[in-house]
Formats: sequence, C-alpha cells, structure tokens
Amino acid sequence: MKLRIKYEKTGVLRFIGHLDVMRLFQKAIRRAGLDVAYSKGFSPHQIISFAAPMPLGMTSEGEYFDGEFNSVTSTKDMMERLNAVLPDGIKVHDIVLLNENAKPSMAIVSASDYYIYKNEECDKDIPALLKEYIEPMMNKATVEVVRKTKSKEEMTDIKPLIFDLKEYEDGIYMLLESGSKANLKPELVVAALCENAGIEYNRYDYMIHRLETYMGDCKALKPLSCDGENF
Amino acid sequence: MGKLALSERILMNIEKPARYIGNEVNIVKKDLNDIDIRFAVCFPDVYEIGMSYLGIQILYDFFNRRSDTYCERVYSPWPDLDKIMREENIKLFSLETQTPVSEFDWLGITIQYEMCYTNILQVIELSGIPLYAKDRKKGDTFVIGGGPCTVNPEPLADFFDMFYIGEGEVSYNEILELYKVYKESNMEREEFLRKASRIPGVYVPSLYEVSYNEDGTVRAINPIYDDVPEKIKWQAVMDFDNVPYPMKPVVPYIRATQDRVTLEIMRGCIRGCRFCQAGMIYRPTRQKNVNMLKEYARIMLDNTGYEEISLSSLSSSDYEKLDELLSFLIELRDNDHVNVSLPSLRIDAFSLDVMSKVQDIKKSSLTFAAEAGTQRLRDVINKGITEENIIKGSHDAFLGGWDKVKLYFMMGLPTETDEDLLGIAELAEKISEEYFDTVPKEKRNGRVMINASSSYFVPKPFTPFQWAPMITPEEYTRRAYFVKDAFARQRNKKSLKFQYHDAEITVLEGVLARGDRRLGKVLYDVYKKGAIYDAWTEFFDMNRYKEAFDENDVDINFYITRERADDEIFPWEHLDVGVSRRFLLNEWHNAKAGVVTPNCRQKCSGCGAAVYKGGVCFEAKN
Repeated sequence: MKLRIKYEKTGVLRFIGHLDVMRLFQKAIRRAGLDVAYSKGFSPHQIISFAAPMPLGMTSEGEYFDGEFNSVTSTKDMMERLNAVLPDGIKVHDIVLLNENAKPSMAIVSASDYYIYKNEECDKDIPALLKEYIEPMMNKATVEVVRKTKSKEEMTDIKPLIFDLKEYEDGIYMLLESGSKANLKPELVVAALCENAGIEYNRYDYMIHRLETYMGDCKALKPLSCDGENF
Repeated sequence: MGKLALSERILMNIEKPARYIGNEVNIVKKDLNDIDIRFAVCFPDVYEIGMSYLGIQILYDFFNRRSDTYCERVYSPWPDLDKIMREENIKLFSLETQTPVSEFDWLGITIQYEMCYTNILQVIELSGIPLYAKDRKKGDTFVIGGGPCTVNPEPLADFFDMFYIGEGEVSYNEILELYKVYKESNMEREEFLRKASRIPGVYVPSLYEVSYNEDGTVRAINPIYDDVPEKIKWQAVMDFDNVPYPMKPVVPYIRATQDRVTLEIMRGCIRGCRFCQAGMIYRPTRQKNVNMLKEYARIMLDNTGYEEISLSSLSSSDYEKLDELLSFLIELRDNDHVNVSLPSLRIDAFSLDVMSKVQDIKKSSLTFAAEAGTQRLRDVINKGITEENIIKGSHDAFLGGWDKVKLYFMMGLPTETDEDLLGIAELAEKISEEYFDTVPKEKRNGRVMINASSSYFVPKPFTPFQWAPMITPEEYTRRAYFVKDAFARQRNKKSLKFQYHDAEITVLEGVLARGDRRLGKVLYDVYKKGAIYDAWTEFFDMNRYKEAFDENDVDINFYITRERADDEIFPWEHLDVGVSRRFLLNEWHNAKAGVVTPNCRQKCSGCGAAVYKGGVCFEAKN
C-alpha cells in the first residue's frame, strides 16, 4: 500500500539537509514500529521517496514523501505514532492512502508557494524594503536574471515561472513553478527584487518558509495530498 | 527549541551547520534550576568523528543518570567556524543548551590520539578558559582529561587541572561529590585539587614535580605534598555486567563516521601483542553476559531506529559466546532488516560462514592483520597469527567466493630487517597464488586483489616496546620504497597493491606518545602558530612543529630514535595501569629473543592485572 505523508520542517532543523531528513524519517519509521516495505537484495532499504528536495536554511509546512507499506492502521494512529518519536521541528500533518493510479510525488510536483519574511537578527527588514518593487516587476514582460548552472552562468527569463507574487502579512508571498520540468528557487526572485531596489543581496538577511507543494496545471493547482484519501 | 549560539549569517556561511545545532534524537534535556553541576564532555575533533565514539555516549549517559548533574556535549569547531569565532570573539558553546563552556563547572576532554593535542588547546581557548591550568581561579571551569592517551599525559600536563586515569565509570561520582563541597564552601581551588588527588585514578599534574638528569632523561617524579599519592592507579570496571550502558544513545542528523548501534561485548584483550597499548592497559579482559547483550541490542535498535549494529571489542573472536551472539544477530538481520557489521574477526571457517550471511561477498574484502612479513618478526611482536593461518583462511575465503583481501602491516618494528620487509611482498604474492590454485579459471570473476598497507610503527607507553627505538622518517621512507620495489617484482604484481602511511604525522605521534612535560611549551607554540586538526593531512603543517622544536631547543630524536635503558625512569613512571613494569621488561627481552608468550586463556603470564581481582584472570577459577 502506498501512502503519502505530509510534514513540516521548522525551527533549527532548517539546517538539516535533504538527505539527512530522509535518514531521519527512515529511523523514525522504525522507532514508530510502522510496517514499512523493504526492497529486495543484499542490502534492503525502505521504499520511500521524497517529493521535492529542500535547501538548507528553509523551513516548510508543506513537505511530502511517499512510502510503501505492507500494512497500515489508520491515518490518526500512524500520525500519532510518528509524531511521538519525531524530534522537535519535524511534525507529520497528514497521511493519505494513494489512489491506484497515483504517480510518485517527485514526478508530479508542479509548483510551490513561499512566504518570505524578516530575519529578526538582521538590522534591515528586507521584505519591507522590497515591497514597492513587486508591482513594477509583475508588470514587466520579462524578468532577466543570471542563472548559474554547473558549468556556466547564463541569462534567463524567470517571469513565466512566477505564478504569483504579492505582499503577504509582514512579508512577501510567491507561488513559483517547481518540479522536474522547470524549477524556480525563491532566492532568485528575492535577488531580482533586491537588484531592482539597489539593495545588497545576502541569503541570510531574510527567511524563507514553504507553505505548500502542489501538483497539476498552473490554473488548477492542488496540494500533493489530494492524490489520496485519509483512512 | 531554544535559541542557537550562532547567528543565521554564520550558520549559512559554514560547512555542515548541523554540526552545531544540537537537538538530536535522544539528547538529554534538564531544567538548569535543578542542577548543581554542569559537565561538558568533549571529543576534540569534528562532530562526525566525535559522535562515532562510544566512550562519550557512555559518559554522557553516566553523568546524566545523576539528578544533580547535567552533562552536555562539545566538539571541535571545524576550521571555517574556528576562524569566524576568533574574528568575532564568539565563545565555544555546548550543543544541548547552546551556552558557553566557560559557564560549566567541568570540561572533560577525551584524549584518544596524539594528533588531537592542538585541538584540545583550541577547545580550551575558544571556551574562554585560561589555557594554562595555573592561571585558573576559583569559579573557573575545571579541565579534566581521560582516555587512552592519559597513560602518558605529560606533554599536556600544563593545560589540565587533572586527568582521570582509567575507565570513567569507576571514580567520577566521588570526584563530583567532593566538587559539590568545594563549590558550596570557601574551599580554595588548590585545596580541592589536593583532596581530589587522593581519589583513586585522579592525577593532578600540578601536585607532582619532575626532575631531569643531565642527559635529559627523567631523574624522579615526586608528589610535592606527603598526602598526595606517589602512584596513580588505573581504574577498571570490574562489575562489567552491571555497569551502566547507554540504552538511548544520541542519534546524529548528519552521517557520523560510525553511524550505527554499537554493542560493547568485551573490554581488554587476551592476546598480548607487544606493540598494542590497548591490549595492555585495558587488562584484564572482561566479557558481558550474552543474554544481556541480546536484550541491549533490541532496546538500542528500538530507541534509535538504526538499521545497523556493530560489535565493539579489541578482538571479537575471543568472546566466548560469539556463536550464540552472532546467530542472534543473523536472525535480527533476516527478520528486522538490521545490517550487521563485524569488525576484528579472525578468519576461519566459522567466521567466513557468518560473514557470508551478513555481507555481500562480491563487495566485501577479507582482512588479515598480519602486522609483519615473516614468522620471525611476528614472534618478536607476539602476533599469534601464522602464514599457514593466513593462507588457509584465504583458501577458504576464495572457495566461499571472496576475491579481495586486505593485509595490514607495520614497518619499523623492533629488529626488522630487509628480509622481513621482503616477506610483506612475498606473503601478498603467496595469497594471490593461492587464489589461482584454488579457483578454476571458469569461476574467476575479474581479478583477485590483494591490498597491502603499512603504517609506521610507534612505540607506546605501557607496552613491552616502550623501551624500543622508533626508526627515523628517512629510514621509514627507504623501507617503504624497498617494499614497493619488491611488490613490483612479484609474478602476480598486477593483482597486488601496496600503500603506506604518511611519515611526518607519525613521527610527531611518536614524539608526543613518549614525551614529557618539556613538550608542553612546544605544543603551546605550535598551536599559537595556527595548528589545529593536525590529524587531518589537509591541515597539518610539519613546518610549524619544526620551528617550535627548534625554538625550544628540543631534539626529536631524543624522544623517537633512542633505545631506552632497562632501568630508565619514564615520564609516566608515576602511573600504574595494573600490568607491571617487571612483566613489560620481561616481554621486551622475550621480544628481542623472539620468544612468544601464550595468551591469557592458554596460560597466565603473571602480568599484574590480577590485582583487579576479576575478568579473564579468574575465569578458570569461577
């Protein structure tokens, strides 16, 4: 049986990398005594896969992984058992039993939305300084930024990848294309705003929080958990 | 979750910030209002190395069982963070509560290898504690050292308030009880240290005076007060079944070097290899009850979620209930997907059978610690493995499907000749020939690989070789090339590989291992020249050491290449590890005569460890 598990990663665990989160869950599943399936072969491993890797320093309340289980109890029971053994900063919010024809989460991610907010340790309130530059940027036909690839730096237009960009509470909200087809990092959007505003860009001057990871067409996005049902 | 000691800006600009954030699974949390004693335990190397070490987990658990004590962990900051901390004047902090180490009552540092000595100075200085013990006042943190290198802590004597000689589980409670009295009264620091020096295993270096002969050797080491003991006795846990063991070890988020459940099955070794310090100082050999170990294994796997377990001991094959324990582990593997890693097993039909069940034969290799190339030299070092054992073991392994063999050697062992060195290449050649004789052509899968590697032998205190000279780095390099040439001349040379360790770092290990208090100033100067992480070749710089030796007029050959007279007083003469000087000297003479000594189970050789009244010394009498 395939399950999709939605979780948050907050607080100091923002400094734990993607692979380490995977290892953290592998151990937590064992501590919780869940009946996870193992691969065959000489060194069997748990059959779990993560939807979208998350960079160091970012928090999120919309992370997902898929796991194959030999037997399941109920959404409520499995959530309670996992949350009882997870460290502060990681918490499971939902578990769904995937539909028969559901594709792996990593293949269907199409967008993510983010909340950009002030770093309390920084004397500048970066999101507040950038707010007035949001509308002009959204009104432009193209937003050219330098994108670094493995071997070279090139100019690309990120405008088509920005589905939404606006003020939100005390910060900035952005909905960006993500996944295997095209992936726009929120850092690049903030950097572009900084450039327009003439503010020196430093990643550590502001905070990023992922709100949700989506699947589906950009006009009909739905959270990854919509691919299954509670049980 | 509390606040972190480091800012977002710093954490986002250093490698692996997860090293410094704490909050791992199974950390101990306590309310500081209920605590009398704050104890920081430190492994003076990078987090991933330190978190792999069982000893810290044992002490962490041991101290935290006390309701009046809160023990937290500290590791060496990596050079990138070290630089930032110095520039921005940030004090070293504990992982659990992220508070400066200088606010702790104790900083306990485990001293596992000589090349971490500069990291010890780094940790003390970054903590904001005065580097020299003599400069610390009432209210300052006490710095205490433990671990194997404390059997000769003399090069570090100036920097530590005290050393704990032996296994921590024995006397620490007594030290902490006395400490509480000191803290709550107006007892002076000096008075506390003097009182503490009478607790078994406690060595307060400032209470001993060392005098030297004209030739530079030690004349005498004497306590400066009548009530300070002349000898400090190594403490060994004798109720080995009931000693506390960490059932909920802390699980790191980032991958540690040893990232699995570690089950300690035995302490000590019956073998008596003459080069091996652990085999001498951890006597007598003690074993844990097999049923208890099975229970521990299950509980620890449940508490951590690890998918791998390994056994810890100096020689697992000598654990008497090994069959039973391994059958249990194989069952765990088959039913619960737990990988089993098996270090230090002697290769024979039994161990091969077990290994074939827990390892992928195609990917794993067999390891023989031959240590020397000829039987003559193996007799000198009392290494109870013969060429026949190795060939027979390889033969069985090749039949079982293995085709990779690792061989470990040392060069520079006492009495070693070119013939012994030639023997290294010849042994590798014979094993490869055994492969071709054993495995028919149609069953061969690629090429057999025999990987031999050699280290540079360092004589260590409290071994029979503490009297022995170490060869010079030039001679070591000559021998290494000689062996490399010999490998190139073998018939199956394409299946053989020979590698050898770096000479320079090992020379320093040799100097520090048998060093005395005069090296304290050298260490200080080397550190002030910028040395940290000297165990890491990418950070090690021999020139810093060369300069410091020159500036302090220290001749390293005095420490390394000099053969000690039978009656020389060693810098560690005031320490007593149980094994007697008489036994070690006798063993040194036996070594030079090529006479082997039977292991503890074959025949007691009266080494002196029977004073601990337990373990293997009394097995037959139980």
